[in-house]
Amino acid sequence: MRLRTRPASGGFELYAWFFMRVSGILLILLALGHFGYMHLLNGVEKIDYEFVARQYRTPFWKTYDLLLLSLALVHGANGARTLIDDYIHARGWRALFLAALYTASFFFLVVGALVIVTFQRVR
Amino acid sequence: MVYRGSEGMWAWVAHRCAGVAVLLFVFVHVADTALIGWGPKYYNLFVKLYSGPAFRLFEIFLAAALLFHALNGVRIMIIDFWEGGTDIQKPLFYGVMALFLVVFIPGAYIMLSPIVRSMLGG
Repeated sequence: MRLRTRPASGGFELYAWFFMRVSGILLILLALGHFGYMHLLNGVEKIDYEFVARQYRTPFWKTYDLLLLSLALVHGANGARTLIDDYIHARGWRALFLAALYTASFFFLVVGALVIVTFQRVR
Repeated sequence: MVYRGSEGMWAWVAHRCAGVAVLLFVFVHVADTALIGWGPKYYNLFVKLYSGPAFRLFEIFLAAALLFHALNGVRIMIIDFWEGGTDIQKPLFYGVMALFLVVFIPGAYIMLSPIVRSMLGG
């Protein structure tokens, strides 16, 4: 017997399913790359304002962080949406949890992007 | 196929728990990084907190969640996109666990050694 994990309904759920796999591959590189660079190659004790300011002098790290931020939040929010659909059955509670999830994800996406894009070194 | 209570189910449960843990941390991490907008003073104060012993354990836990989610994600994609994937989902799970330990143990050693050294007064 072969499992059919792909949504049979097509439409949005199929796109969401496909997005999780594509963004997942990219996030393996971006998120593990970020964690490895920060925590293994450098270490938390080396990270300070100067460290970030040095990184953000180059468009490479800004682009890297923007891509990581947006993919992680959309991938995470869609994953959490699946969990809410699976576990919260009461309509009112489900609407509340979904609203909280979408608000938080959108808020952190905007704040995170603004932090990266508007960064100005202060001495 | 027996799924309930076997390796596949635990992989599925752990994948969901790790995913939620990482998402919640991403929220926190955006908030703490936002401090760089106010200059070095507040950001450096907060990152110093992150390098304390309590947060190092948290760091290890985050590493475990992220690494498991990533490796099991590859397992899911093999099951989804490769014809024979479903038949070997159990061996794939053991492969995930083996790779997890191979990467996690040296990683945890690297992350914990500075804190152990500082606690021993070195």
